[in-house]
Amino acid sequence: MKDPERYPDNQRADTFNKRELLLGARDTLPMIVGAIPFGILFGALATSAGMSVYATMAMSLFVFAGSSQFVAATLISQGVGVAVIVMTTFFVNLRHALYSASLGPYFKGLKQRWLLPLGFLLTDETYAVVIKRANESPEKRHHWYCLGSSIAMYVNWQLCTLIGITAGNALENLSGWGLEFAMIVTFIGIVVPLITRMPMLVAALVAIAVGLLTRDIAHNLGLIVASVAGVAAGYMTEVISERNAAGVTEQ
Amino acid sequence: MKNFLLIFFMMIVTFGVRYPVLALIGRYDLPKPLKRALQFVPVAVLSALCAPMVLIQDGQWAISVTNAYLLASVVAILVAWKTHHLLLTIVVGMIVFTVLRVAGLG
Repeated sequence: MKDPERYPDNQRADTFNKRELLLGARDTLPMIVGAIPFGILFGALATSAGMSVYATMAMSLFVFAGSSQFVAATLISQGVGVAVIVMTTFFVNLRHALYSASLGPYFKGLKQRWLLPLGFLLTDETYAVVIKRANESPEKRHHWYCLGSSIAMYVNWQLCTLIGITAGNALENLSGWGLEFAMIVTFIGIVVPLITRMPMLVAALVAIAVGLLTRDIAHNLGLIVASVAGVAAGYMTEVISERNAAGVTEQ
Repeated sequence: MKNFLLIFFMMIVTFGVRYPVLALIGRYDLPKPLKRALQFVPVAVLSALCAPMVLIQDGQWAISVTNAYLLASVVAILVAWKTHHLLLTIVVGMIVFTVLRVAGLG
């Protein structure tokens, strides 16, 4: 545990490491290409949902969480209130706590000046790239690599948002062309591959059913109620099926 | 003004789930039940969000073969299920949706 390479003094942790920084950015390139259409789509969609150019740009700059930005733009266009959108954002981004828990051990001993920006800039894409590298060489810390990946994602997201805002303003009446369906189909593409086992399917179906039943309750709280119901149903299904499996092996 | 308030609070909650665990992980680990529950969150939230947009049109149930949202969503679900390819799902889904729209479905 006192390996100097893994827990170097902070002088060494802070020494500018250009090689790692660029490597992190380079390894993130495929993810960046994948994020481009979503950034552009968000810029176009948010402005057609009634957000100002500044608000759209500010959301990308300060929130920097793609799927929750999409959800927020959708809910704004439906006239949903601030409190429910913020709660939904919290739920949509909860998965980042999982990423932090998994990356945390590789950042042990780093100062706040590292942890604050790395935390703020953490995305699905950067997590995927960094955890792969960390698994390949767990004896090292990968903060410069992670920073390179994060900065590349961040700059790309801002540029794409800007392009989307411009495109959205240039094309009249974008909302009439079913851009909201682009969002639905994006979420389908994200969710369906996650459903690899029965508890996940149960979570999705219960969330859908409860979401449909509660769609008229006040302040669009139905979305929160449905999400919690889906998570609870998935959780219970998994616990029950594990108990059953354990029971079978005992006999 | 309302949107800037919204963005401020969205920033707080997003940073609030990304950073603290990263900072504390040296001393604590997430409790196991919480970790297990968290893995269901994306599926549950996104499913609950999309279903009403697809199945309800203008405040009415729209489970019918003339609902372009529903038909294109079914195609997209099949593509996503078979290929696990996000961009392909989006492209095919949008093409089907646009063709149905042009053909005059709602």
